[in-house]
Amino acid sequence: MYDMKALYEAYTVEEAVKLRLEHPEAQIIAGGTDVLVQMREGRRAGKELISIQKIDSMRGVCMDEQENIRIGSLTTFSHITHNPIIMEKINVLGEAVDMVGGPQIRNAGTIGGNTCNGVTSADSASTLHAWEAIVELTGVNGKRYLPIKDFYIKAGTVDINVAEGEIQTAILIPKASWENTKGFYIKYGMRNAMEIATTGCSVNVRLSEDKKTFDRVRIAYGVAGPVPMRAPSAEAVVNGQPVTMENIETFSRAVLEDINPRDSWRASKAFRKHIAVEMAKRALIESVKRCGGEI
Amino acid sequence: MAQYALVKCNINGKDVEKIVDVRASLTDMLRNDFRLTSVKKGCEVGECGACTALIDGEAINTCLYLAVWADGKHIITLEGLMNPDGTISDVQKAFMEETSIQCGFCIPGFILTATEIVNSGKEYTDDELRKLLSGHLCRCTGYQNIFRAVKKTMLRRLGKNEEAELVR
Repeated sequence: MYDMKALYEAYTVEEAVKLRLEHPEAQIIAGGTDVLVQMREGRRAGKELISIQKIDSMRGVCMDEQENIRIGSLTTFSHITHNPIIMEKINVLGEAVDMVGGPQIRNAGTIGGNTCNGVTSADSASTLHAWEAIVELTGVNGKRYLPIKDFYIKAGTVDINVAEGEIQTAILIPKASWENTKGFYIKYGMRNAMEIATTGCSVNVRLSEDKKTFDRVRIAYGVAGPVPMRAPSAEAVVNGQPVTMENIETFSRAVLEDINPRDSWRASKAFRKHIAVEMAKRALIESVKRCGGEI
Repeated sequence: MAQYALVKCNINGKDVEKIVDVRASLTDMLRNDFRLTSVKKGCEVGECGACTALIDGEAINTCLYLAVWADGKHIITLEGLMNPDGTISDVQKAFMEETSIQCGFCIPGFILTATEIVNSGKEYTDDELRKLLSGHLCRCTGYQNIFRAVKKTMLRRLGKNEEAELVR
């Protein structure tokens, strides 16, 4: 038995919004793989829960009219990994969420929950930052769209307006982000399974037509600061530059101007900085290869 | 104040109905209300996989799944793998043949995940298989024999019997 005060179940987005307005103190529960653990630990014990698990309209991946990739917030990690649109257009997201927890966790945990937790180590978060994902929130006054970097306010806090009954309903990957772009994600952890990232690094690249110039490089980290973050200085030094090993090295060293990791029991600040440089380099090399470029 | 809900689902091929406490996990419901004690209470935080059941064909840690969410679902536990004539599944047989079972606590979970793996009809590499099995902790550390049983069953299902016999 879980120590919960009450459970309210929503079957549609409208019901969830209504329940949220009626019970502003209640915690939203989606896949349950974080909330129920925290309830067991006592951190969320005695709380009221609003379950959105049964809102089937919030599951699945599709292309919208503008050819943005639309991922319903309740889509589980394993369904993202095996989705044909994801595999074709943004494979790196499927690979990143295939590193969350273990197989059973990936069959239950959702991308909406992964982002709404607001934690920096979430395996989906750095990739969503690197692809400039848009978060769709639905409340009593309709829908609101936010760039993912503005969605994260501080560690553990995201921009969801409870007073308006908002819940996160989808995550969009704009066409401008995925078109002609390939990426790579590296998770550094002490184990291969059931592990929280010591640091995570997601890079994506669009090369010029002759594959000799970096048209656009984007890089984002998890656990390089209190929230997932981009490394704009590193991107600036390499954008428009020729694809050479020297430029890749310069790029990877430049991430140190942007990131701000901390000492924790998982790893020291110095170690995180050290691996952040190496991860940037390796992820960029792999991304270039996936674009068909040569170094 | 206790809060209850009606759950209608299919467990091991049988349609069932039960009034459950909304605070119950699916582990609680399967063990206490249906006496399906192959579903083990292990870590209860989704790390060890001992409580795994198949929900609509996907392996799920039932300790992190509310009993009320089972409404409308098809659930398979180890008990459901036995055929009506009392014979057991190919996965279960392989686990016995390979002496994959030591204390046995983790085995129901492992067998259900293995069932999802072989039901996919795909051929996985050794690394992929290890990753697919990584959500289960064996306290006796007998992973190698478990791995072999799963690999052999996978190959046999794909008609590669000779290859299966060569798995060491």
